[in-house]
Amino acid sequence: MASLQFDNISKVFPGVKALNGVSFEARPGQVMGLLGENGAGKSTLLKILGGQYRPDGGRLLIDGRERQFASAGDAIRAGVAIIHQELQYVSELTVAENVLLGRLPTRLGLVDHKAARRLVAAQLAAIGVDLDPAARLSDLSIAQRQMVEICKAVMQDARVIAFDEPTSSLSHRETEILFRLVKRLRAEGRTLIYISHRLEELYELCDACTIFRDGRRIVTHEAMAEVPRERLIADMVGRELQDIYDYRPREQGALRLQARGLRSDRLPEPLSFGVRGGEVLGFFGLVGAGRSELMRLLYGADARRGGEVLLDGAVVPARGPAEAIAAGIVLCPEDRKEQGILAHSSVAENINISCRRHGLAGGVFLRHGQEARRADEFIQKLRIKTPSREQEIRLLSGGNQQKVILARWLAEPGLKVLILDEPTRGIDVGAKNEIYRIIHDVAASGCCVIVISSELPEVLGIADRLIVMRDGRISGELARDQASETAALALALPDGITGAPAAPLH
Amino acid sequence: MNTTSLPHSETRPAMTSPARALLKEHSMTLGYALLFVVLAFSVENFFSAANIVGLLLSVAQIGMVACTMMFCLASRDFDLSVGSTIAFAGVLGAIVLERTGSVGLAIAGGLGAGALIGAGNGVLIAYLRVNALIATLATMLMVRGLAFIASQGQAVGIADEGFISFGDTTLLGLPLPIWMTATCFLIFGVLLNHTVFGRNALAIGGNPEAARLAGVRVERLRVWIFLLQGVVTALAGLILSARITSGQPNAATGFELDVISACVLGGVSLQGGKARIFGVVIGVLIMGTVENVMNLLNVDAFYQYLVRGLILLAAVLLDQLKTRGERRA
Repeated sequence: MASLQFDNISKVFPGVKALNGVSFEARPGQVMGLLGENGAGKSTLLKILGGQYRPDGGRLLIDGRERQFASAGDAIRAGVAIIHQELQYVSELTVAENVLLGRLPTRLGLVDHKAARRLVAAQLAAIGVDLDPAARLSDLSIAQRQMVEICKAVMQDARVIAFDEPTSSLSHRETEILFRLVKRLRAEGRTLIYISHRLEELYELCDACTIFRDGRRIVTHEAMAEVPRERLIADMVGRELQDIYDYRPREQGALRLQARGLRSDRLPEPLSFGVRGGEVLGFFGLVGAGRSELMRLLYGADARRGGEVLLDGAVVPARGPAEAIAAGIVLCPEDRKEQGILAHSSVAENINISCRRHGLAGGVFLRHGQEARRADEFIQKLRIKTPSREQEIRLLSGGNQQKVILARWLAEPGLKVLILDEPTRGIDVGAKNEIYRIIHDVAASGCCVIVISSELPEVLGIADRLIVMRDGRISGELARDQASETAALALALPDGITGAPAAPLH
Repeated sequence: MNTTSLPHSETRPAMTSPARALLKEHSMTLGYALLFVVLAFSVENFFSAANIVGLLLSVAQIGMVACTMMFCLASRDFDLSVGSTIAFAGVLGAIVLERTGSVGLAIAGGLGAGALIGAGNGVLIAYLRVNALIATLATMLMVRGLAFIASQGQAVGIADEGFISFGDTTLLGLPLPIWMTATCFLIFGVLLNHTVFGRNALAIGGNPEAARLAGVRVERLRVWIFLLQGVVTALAGLILSARITSGQPNAATGFELDVISACVLGGVSLQGGKARIFGVVIGVLIMGTVENVMNLLNVDAFYQYLVRGLILLAAVLLDQLKTRGERRA
């Protein structure tokens, strides 16, 4: 018997059919991957499963019984747990308190901390997680907090556990630990749902997969391993994508950008590198290797301890991002939500915030007409999906938000260096392809492009040259024709390629 | 989490019908218009030219300072020191006037002091990273102290007709302070909507880090906002001293809260990033009208506090109801 069954589920939002008659099943002891572009309906489905949304039509069955969840609490009581992309915890409480939140054991009306720790320690041991129940969540890494969340799900005796892009902020090693745990939960006979944009990951973990597009279920493959990658992508985007990286050789000019001996408190070793006009330089390394920190130094976002940046031979003042932008250096930051978008401002405002300083009437007043035209132009050119330029940017999908940030910088008349930190994180395949094309075009126009990515196939696919970082140092450099996954990993991993298996990064 | 009736509003808040959005946008204005009409018919003497001018005059100071407070709140900051600054600028102006007999010097002295206080607040908050509430609480106390020290605790009388005329000259039937307040609304409205300064203030209120990475000079902008606030507040203080023909060291106590209330009534978000000048105008008018009507009806001063608090609470609750669900999305 199927332990989880969606039967003809529909969900309508004003103006959008988010889910349109979706049916499929997942069995105990199975990991079911959900694939699809952003906005395809995966997250909506998960929210219905988690009791956050109520379906407008269709039935949700668990162990053959129809369920109607009116709240997240109902779902938990029915044995469903969702591990959200953005974890939900109280950072000032301990592991034990978080796991048992709402049902802490008491003695004489007071919380029995000893019993709580004992209970949670036993559960942690049972799922093979090495964590101190008395540790505060604020002292743990994101991966560890995720483990706490999973422990909580198991403690609530969840038979169905759904993961929404759990690895998006995990390092290579942490990902492996998570995978081991997921496989263990599968072996225990739980029904697992797994959403990810990383195909490698899905191949490694999932037994079956269901593909969504535009709110419909396109197909369910019961044996995922037998389905070729191209088939999955084609089903997701609804068309054939031969090479999503779309790499074309470019004419490379003179050395334009030079970073010389940059260092800071976080990066004590002086770091130097250069980029030619027309070149796409990739930066690869494990999470925490110092790539983002280096770019923030280059951009003037963090305080420098030493070193200088030269652009076309002239020193770029280090005072702050405003000076870097004035010189033609721009950055699309890693954390789009916290550092990139002005969430409650409109798409037009987000595009115009920087470049508007060039077109002021009398040097003071904004030209609203010009700004509106510019916004519309970029919405069209970058194919940003938004009802209008006045839409608040937070309501757009991740890929479209990223395009808006790109538009902000492409609108800069003096653009010379485009730095992109994890430009495609959490973005669907179709939008990725479009972003790669923009990167190519920017480089082809003679600008320098720097791309940081933790996805090895991505940097290998788009970069002319690759710099690999490890522990705050540049551990090596690979030209495009020498660059391979093994070579890059050997430079990125602490003990070289021999120390750690490269499995999830194939 | 809501249980039953709200799945729609909870999920896609932006997709409401235009008519509803318009109503939501202008609910406070409509509310005020309704209130005004009802009062005009029900309260004796309310709808007379003399009373309306008196009403506007009574909110002139609050109105001016609300303009800059709006910027302060929009950029996710706070300023408690405005009441003390009003008193100090008035006292200082009166003392300078007494010693030198020069109206120009008196005004320059008052405005200069305001600029210094504002810039000091700005530097404390933007560069030294002191929490805005604490920083301006400290300057509020210090500046109030300075006002008492400078005046030795006594009101400083003003006899200069030229200076006093700032408070009681009328132009086209309206006293000068009302014109000045209207001018402030105009200037700061343009500043908010039509200049980089205004858009960037909203940006740093919405997301300071994103604004900085987008090239906004966040610290410098903060200092400017506080500096402007100091100057405008000092101007309000000088006008007040002209109207009451003396610099009073204990003037305008609790003024900061009235100003912030007016801004909040006008829909300025304390979370930053949201402000509309027209809303602030309405907020100021609501504050003034309610006080005016209570005076006309001879409501006991003790009850006036209660009513003002209730109105503020009601306005904020209304706002919560309107935006309910948006926060979860």
